[in-house]
Amino acid sequence: MSQVLHTPPPTTAPPATDLAALAARHGLSVSGARPSLPQYVRQLWARRHFITAFATAKLTAQYSQAKLGQVWQVMTPLLNAAVYYVIFGVLLQTKQGVPDYVPFLVTGVFIWTFTQSSVMAGTRAISGNLGLVRALHFPRAALPLSFCLQQLQQLLFSMAALVVILLAFGVPPAPSWLLAVPALVLQFVFNAGLSMAMARLGAKTPDIAQLMPFVLRTWMYASGVMWSIDHMTSGRSGLPSWVGPLLQANPAAVYIDLMRFALIDTFHASQLPPHVWAIAAGWALLAGAGGFVYFWKAEEMYGRG
Amino acid sequence: MAEHTRHHPHESARTSADRVPTVIADGVDIVYRVNGAAAGRGTATAALNRILRRERAGRAAGVRRVHAVRGVSFVAYRGEAIGLIGTNGSGKSTLLKAVAGLLPVENGRIYTDGQPSLLGVNAALMNDLTGERNVHLGGLAMGMSREQIRERYQDIVDFSGINDKGDFITLPMRTYSSGMAARLRFSIAAAKDHDVLLVDEALATGDRSFQKRSEERIRELRERAGTVFLVSHSNKSIRDTCDRVLWLERGELRMDGPTAEVLKEYEAFTGGPDRARPKR
Repeated sequence: MSQVLHTPPPTTAPPATDLAALAARHGLSVSGARPSLPQYVRQLWARRHFITAFATAKLTAQYSQAKLGQVWQVMTPLLNAAVYYVIFGVLLQTKQGVPDYVPFLVTGVFIWTFTQSSVMAGTRAISGNLGLVRALHFPRAALPLSFCLQQLQQLLFSMAALVVILLAFGVPPAPSWLLAVPALVLQFVFNAGLSMAMARLGAKTPDIAQLMPFVLRTWMYASGVMWSIDHMTSGRSGLPSWVGPLLQANPAAVYIDLMRFALIDTFHASQLPPHVWAIAAGWALLAGAGGFVYFWKAEEMYGRG
Repeated sequence: MAEHTRHHPHESARTSADRVPTVIADGVDIVYRVNGAAAGRGTATAALNRILRRERAGRAAGVRRVHAVRGVSFVAYRGEAIGLIGTNGSGKSTLLKAVAGLLPVENGRIYTDGQPSLLGVNAALMNDLTGERNVHLGGLAMGMSREQIRERYQDIVDFSGINDKGDFITLPMRTYSSGMAARLRFSIAAAKDHDVLLVDEALATGDRSFQKRSEERIRELRERAGTVFLVSHSNKSIRDTCDRVLWLERGELRMDGPTAEVLKEYEAFTGGPDRARPKR
């Protein structure tokens, strides 16, 4: 039995330089090395059909066992909005001073949910899909991007429900509704960048996924999802004057208010912070580009045991 | 004794200078880091202790390092079918994943010609989707184009034999028996052409007739692929498919040579020849 425990003699591997030279002579590349940024973008573009197919597949698989099936895509956001309405609209009377409170609230909840679930899905994008990362070769950014796309598709269902709610509460359709499109595009870029950054953090420290719900809840309350930042801060003494603009410049509040401005006629431009489109584009650019580069920097590290 | 049978990279390079290398492993070390598996159990106090100690002790206190592969070097050439053998936990699958570029190496380098790919798409498939959609999703996940998938769709379905007993491909995969699901997974995975193909125990799925078909398919893939690596515990399928064998033991390359020689030593090591060992 001693043979079993016997350690084999040290293998006489040739000097490292020989093998490296052999590899160089035949044009072999290092396995699992990180591609350059332009290469990475090209690889990602080549996988675009996978990204969309994976997002759609996740979305359809979500309710495939339910009796009502895809009806839940619309039901879930509606029920969510109803709960917030009962608590904040009826019980806490937050609506004081806000005209069209129900459309105001529901828009806020839907747009916020888009960012919130993108960030949550991004945090788990790598750590929750290690099987996939360890089995197949593809640019890893495909995962957080795919999850954000899934959330965008989810939001489009919610927006359909929102249109019904708007019309039911007497908000007239207007040309300004078209502004919802650029606002959503900017928000999507922002969400994608943020979730890529969170995906890298979550891949290294899975504990972050436990912490995120609290961070996100704090962020939600600071973003004026159920109340108007403008009403809350302008009429009040006691709060320093810089608090209002600061809250209004936070990206979630910017995208929520832009959508309200686009959809609700009683939500005027005066309630928006100055240079709101520039702020919205700036956040999107900063998070989008920054998140992408930050994620790419650790590309070869994802999936380590 | 392992010394004299060792298949030295230099010798092979000398005997046939025109052979083209496809995979070169150069002193490869692979280390897993496992959080929360330190000597203490995974209790809250142990975790807290770990965090507190990290500040003082610096380097990764409480993170256990598992040295899965140690200093492995080899050169694989175009046209070779290489078997990887070794007892459980000897680092075969880990080495394969590193060759595929899916696990980072700690020391050393792995050079490859093109992108080696593991045979397998299980992780990309979703049980709640129909077989049809899974064929598309799996193909895209492996990097096939939509046209390629459309072209090969019927072949994949026919090969899997899913539709032999009725129109099952339009049902969700969760309704399949485990054998049916395994057959579909193998069919999807085997639909792609590979430069360097890595097969990890894939020949053990489905019933007898499907096993025959899949072994045949592996041979076909091998003819088209530059190089094939096969991990298996079945010495028979290694003998049938491979002309060269790497024997890993406790992460170290113990032997590298022609199949017959290495298997003889390996069988002596594991105690007797492969006694009608079941395929799995």
